[in-house]
Amino acid sequence: MKTLSENRKAALLSILILIVGCLIWEASIPAQKAVGELTEYELLTGGGQPKAGVPPPSQVFAKAWEQLSNPFYDAGPNDKGIGIQIGYSIYRVLTGYALAAAIAIPLGFLIGMSSVAYKALNPFIQVLRPISPLAWMPLALFVIQDSEMSAIFVIFICSIWPMLINTAFGVAGVREDWVNVARTHELSALKTAFTVILPAAAPTIVTGMRISIGIAWLVIVAAEMLVGGTGIGYYVWNEWNNLDLTSVIFSILMIGVVGMLLDSMFGLLQRTVAYTE
Amino acid sequence: MAKPFLSIEQLTQRYPDGQGGEFTVFEDASFGIEKGEFVCILGHSGCGKSTIMNILAGLAEPTSGVVKMDGRHVSGPSLDRGVVFQNYSLLPWLTALKNVTFGVSARFPSWSKEKVIEHSTAFLAKVGLTGDTIHRKPSQLSGGMRQRVSITRAFANEPKLLLLDEPFGALDALTRGTIQDELIKVWSDTDQTVFMITHDIDEAILLADRILLMTNGPMAQVAESVEITIPRPRVRNDIVEHPNYYAIRNHLVHFLAQRSAELAGQPGDGANQPETIRIDLTDAQESEEPEPAKPVLRAVEG
Repeated sequence: MKTLSENRKAALLSILILIVGCLIWEASIPAQKAVGELTEYELLTGGGQPKAGVPPPSQVFAKAWEQLSNPFYDAGPNDKGIGIQIGYSIYRVLTGYALAAAIAIPLGFLIGMSSVAYKALNPFIQVLRPISPLAWMPLALFVIQDSEMSAIFVIFICSIWPMLINTAFGVAGVREDWVNVARTHELSALKTAFTVILPAAAPTIVTGMRISIGIAWLVIVAAEMLVGGTGIGYYVWNEWNNLDLTSVIFSILMIGVVGMLLDSMFGLLQRTVAYTE
Repeated sequence: MAKPFLSIEQLTQRYPDGQGGEFTVFEDASFGIEKGEFVCILGHSGCGKSTIMNILAGLAEPTSGVVKMDGRHVSGPSLDRGVVFQNYSLLPWLTALKNVTFGVSARFPSWSKEKVIEHSTAFLAKVGLTGDTIHRKPSQLSGGMRQRVSITRAFANEPKLLLLDEPFGALDALTRGTIQDELIKVWSDTDQTVFMITHDIDEAILLADRILLMTNGPMAQVAESVEITIPRPRVRNDIVEHPNYYAIRNHLVHFLAQRSAELAGQPGDGANQPETIRIDLTDAQESEEPEPAKPVLRAVEG
């Protein structure tokens, strides 16, 4: 073991934990009795009906294999492949998120650079920020009159705050010296913003963007459970209504995997804009 | 008398003291700098050296008084006045070379990219930065190398006036010596007008044509302008042998240790030009019986 690197040790340990966890899960599910083993009394009382229980991991893996081998099938409104459902969710998240970024980052720049703008807008931000994004849903449905757009609006409203606050914070915290460098080089305001302030504040801004995408992915599941129709959130709820717990567990895992992928994309972006002083 | 290249006229800086009153950092500071001159300013902390520098750079506005360069009023920052900041102020996300090209392309917007890089690389080579080093980020460079890059950024822009704010303050003595030598080399190649803040008397004697001495703040004054009568090129090892060296040095130490405090808070004498001091022991005829301990101080018309 001494020859293994730290990463390899960790990977081996992870796999071990996974296997042991699955085995315990598998073993803790009581096996259903076969019809032949039932007593006459059990048959009469309906004890032979398969009891709805948490499915063992083997069934979940089988389900995952089945779904992932054909992720994009479309057999009507209640039976779409997992790939299509996730695709809808990602589309909504990215649309709402992009709208939020398009507003939050320029506005954050303004707030960060002008203390008057900061003081004027701060009360609104402080009141609006703690509102649960789902609380906007009824109002959004009423005003927008479109469930799809309402879901996008909810994503927009939940992902705008971390980006706005972090951008303002990052811009306000740009070192005076660097701004002075721009000033002594007679850079225009726009050039200063793009060549000095943006790269200087980028790590803080991207951190805000990373927090936002995480929140957006959390919220989309709940939003889609409400608006229905398509999406991974709807899928989870629909399978619950079908009492197909195998699919529920499978889709929970998929939500985690997609969330991790989104987060690691921003982690990568964060590394590219990072600098050490 | 013709106006000097850079003239600072009756500069006063006051701040509100937080209790309804005013706090005067310096008052009626006036002095001039000739083209191609290397001038150092010495004084204790709080006498407003950095404020004067920020005003010259255009980063701060004086309460009253004017700064004229080439007969024109100075207001706001300009590429004509390059600044080397005390803490290097390199942009940490750019490589050493990009930090220099950043300045050069701002100064010469019509230049092609190749020309900007060529010019910048040549200036970096003057301070001994070549090869792989110039493609490193500031965080991967030592303090001395960072300050070299910072000095290069300012020199490569060929400003009319170069302002150095304690450029060697954060460096160890050995590195400081090397970079001082490099600074002299680059300066004598370019014939740049330089105004530099320093705390280091030996550094000031080595580098400057003239040293301005400030009294203690508040109400600080630029009291004296000491000519450094040691011929160039000056070599660190040799100048200490020069008869004027210790005479000048003693005068400066004496001023900073004692007279800067004695003269503090005194109102200016009307003209407010600093008194010009010339100490020259090599000129035996003119110095009237110099006492060995005290050099002769002679006021020359200012």
